[in-house]
Amino acid sequence: MNAVELAPPAPVPLVEEPENYLSVSHTVASWLLTTDHKRIGILYLYSILFFFVIASFAAATMRLELLNPQGGLVLSETYNKLFTIHGVLMVWFFLIPSIPAVLGNFIIPMMIGARDVAFPKLNLMSWYIFIGGGLFALYSIVSGGVDTGWTFYTPFSSTYSNTHVIAMAAGVFVAGFSTIITGLNFIVTIHKMRAPGMTWFRLPLFIWSLYSTSVIMVLATPVLAITLALLSLERFWGIGIFDPKLGGDPVLFQHLFWFYSHPAVYIMILPGMGVISEIIPCFARKKIFGYHFVAFSSVAIAVLGFLVWGHHMFVSSQSVYAGLIFSLLSFIVSVPSAIKVFNWTATLYKGSISFDTPMLYAFGFIGLFTIGGLTGLFLACLGADVHLHDTYFVVAHFHYIMVGGMVMAFMGGLHYWWPKITGRMYPELMGRLAALITFIGFNFTFFPQFLLGYLGMPRRYHTYPPEFQIFHVLSTAGASILGVGYALPVIYFLYSLRNGKRAGANPWNATGLEWQTPSPPPKDNFARVPVVKREPYDYSPFEKERTQNV
Amino acid sequence: MNLLPGQASSVAPEVDYLLLFLTGLSLFFMALIFLPLAFFAFKYRRGANADRTPPRVTEWKLEVTWTVIPLFLMMGIFTWGASVYFNIERPPADAIEINVVGKQWMWKVQHQEGVREINEIHVPVGRTVRLVMTSQDVIHSLFIPAFRIKQDVVPGKYTTEWFNATKPGNYHLFCSQFCGTDHARMIGRVIVLGESAYESWLASNSSGGTLAVAGAKLFTELGCSGCHGENSKVRAPPLEGVYGKPVPLDGGAFQIADDKYIRDCILQENHVHVAGYEPVMPTFKGHVSEEELMDLIAYIKSLGGGK
Repeated sequence: MNAVELAPPAPVPLVEEPENYLSVSHTVASWLLTTDHKRIGILYLYSILFFFVIASFAAATMRLELLNPQGGLVLSETYNKLFTIHGVLMVWFFLIPSIPAVLGNFIIPMMIGARDVAFPKLNLMSWYIFIGGGLFALYSIVSGGVDTGWTFYTPFSSTYSNTHVIAMAAGVFVAGFSTIITGLNFIVTIHKMRAPGMTWFRLPLFIWSLYSTSVIMVLATPVLAITLALLSLERFWGIGIFDPKLGGDPVLFQHLFWFYSHPAVYIMILPGMGVISEIIPCFARKKIFGYHFVAFSSVAIAVLGFLVWGHHMFVSSQSVYAGLIFSLLSFIVSVPSAIKVFNWTATLYKGSISFDTPMLYAFGFIGLFTIGGLTGLFLACLGADVHLHDTYFVVAHFHYIMVGGMVMAFMGGLHYWWPKITGRMYPELMGRLAALITFIGFNFTFFPQFLLGYLGMPRRYHTYPPEFQIFHVLSTAGASILGVGYALPVIYFLYSLRNGKRAGANPWNATGLEWQTPSPPPKDNFARVPVVKREPYDYSPFEKERTQNV
Repeated sequence: MNLLPGQASSVAPEVDYLLLFLTGLSLFFMALIFLPLAFFAFKYRRGANADRTPPRVTEWKLEVTWTVIPLFLMMGIFTWGASVYFNIERPPADAIEINVVGKQWMWKVQHQEGVREINEIHVPVGRTVRLVMTSQDVIHSLFIPAFRIKQDVVPGKYTTEWFNATKPGNYHLFCSQFCGTDHARMIGRVIVLGESAYESWLASNSSGGTLAVAGAKLFTELGCSGCHGENSKVRAPPLEGVYGKPVPLDGGAFQIADDKYIRDCILQENHVHVAGYEPVMPTFKGHVSEEELMDLIAYIKSLGGGK
């Protein structure tokens, strides 16, 4: 998709930097009132990092607590509040906005050759709504916390819990609207703002995956809003919807909740797949294998993802025949994910592969996502799920997808586009080290949890029988390594802001349109509207060693 | 070190074969993906001398291959998993029924013989046991890892799970659905006894009468017999022989008089309008506990009927 008609990247001036989106103004107001998609992406980056830190501390406390089978570090109430904080913040205030709202906001318009998203003001509004939701969630935490888990199962959440459920539900409810607006904005942007020549099949696969993600965001999130509103109606006014004592049906809540939350799992992985589809061709210097199949597998995942929610409910007392259908569909939805993994692997064949930090994260993603996906088959399989459901096996499985998949991809993407975002290179050696530490620490943390699940250790247990202790100790030890893997990039990224080498427009010698403009990009992205005349991922393994860091 | 809890039920080996197969399959797929990945990464590393002429492969043939083969494989695992699931879900006939009521944060267990226990279930080895479960507050889930079974215990309805214990011993019983503050302490033991040990345990622990006897007493105390009894003035449907049979309703429909039906009739005002009778049954909501409801059902069951 090289923009052939573009002028070659301007040489880096020796004295004065060209004006870019960061240097146009430095006032606080220029950030808080910005409608520039790039700045909004950065606002989101800082916001989600804030929530990530809180949620990580909750996780760290839990892991420390679980060293001892009798508990003792915190009370049961506190433990229950910690895993609720961890789940709610990580899911709705970190993972869901992570790649879409940060990298998506920053990169999508540039990738398709646009000056901004379709609705820049709505884009800014989505950030304010997100912060509003976050304030509700923080209020709920500060005023005493919530002990329902991120799943808010009724009638516990609606009638029995004595904690600040409504405030937390309100936070999630409000944040949901920011997700909807972001999704809507992306859909319209991708439909209407593509540069001349940027046909649907010249779109980078990152766009295909975020398009699919946006469709899920727009269609699924309203159901979450309805579910939480009904929950609050029952809790506040005693209107019987879910509590059988009031004439309701508690399993109805699970249907509604998972009708949103299963597609939401794909909100939390499809963007990661998109990032990997960008990184692998670039560092293998190969056109991606099976472009159309990778693109349509994203769409297939988005569609099928709406039809599998009942696999969270095989032992919930839903009909066994419903269980059959949901199991069958869950097996089918695994196929498009497998197709992607096969195509990424095939892309490497006869490539010219370098192992820069983004590529290391991409390799890590494939490894961990593959394990996460394969263990998903255990849970889709009815007879096996009865034993494994609600055990640590499930915890391990979804962390392999959410953290091993999505967070690895987010880190990979952040390293890949960091030079574009900041104009500076991060220290490459430190980057590789952090990727390696993250990969090792992650496996150390979560692999023992598969074994705990096999053995029947239920999740959300504050105390546990002593025979499980050895695996919890391993897991906690791993978590400390993982913590180092996450802390390192924060340090060297901040360091690179001032001290990093200048990146130049295209340090990776990549093909996307976003690389055909200076780093950091000017406020309007492109001096002239680019015209696309080539196919995507037009890489060649024969090209000369790239001239990095001009 | 064992990576699975001991097998102690008739379905446990079936589940373990499935788990073993899935583990093997995962290892196979990991090898299938990771080995080429590592090989390509090494062979085609930048700077290495390798043949990089564009490969001549027909893309769609490869795509169809790695779409269709996994798809068939998936259908196979689905079928196997579903058949094991049906074995887990469908109890064989002639089961010993034990009632379980979950509440924050304990398991209350009632044997038909009248023995009541908390957080412990004594069962005989080699006999099919069916747990009939409900919750008096939030959703719980009764999980016995050694038996490889788990079932949510849901307020407002009865769920069941069954097992046939194959080895005497003590086994973990966990609540696996988060239910509030002391969720992690809602644990207990399933104690599997040999046939004779079980009989003597029953004999030495049953002090009062059976559940049906307790139910009969309640039936009088709550005034049910005033209408449903033989000499009552108010005409209400007789309950003899009703259990498990279809009840004709006003309007021509039928409903099977199972546990849930009886429960709803007691708790909900005019839950049904039985054909030929005035719908005048009041609600007993708030006047009967979950255990008492189960006693009443045991009594009505003892009046005959069944499938």
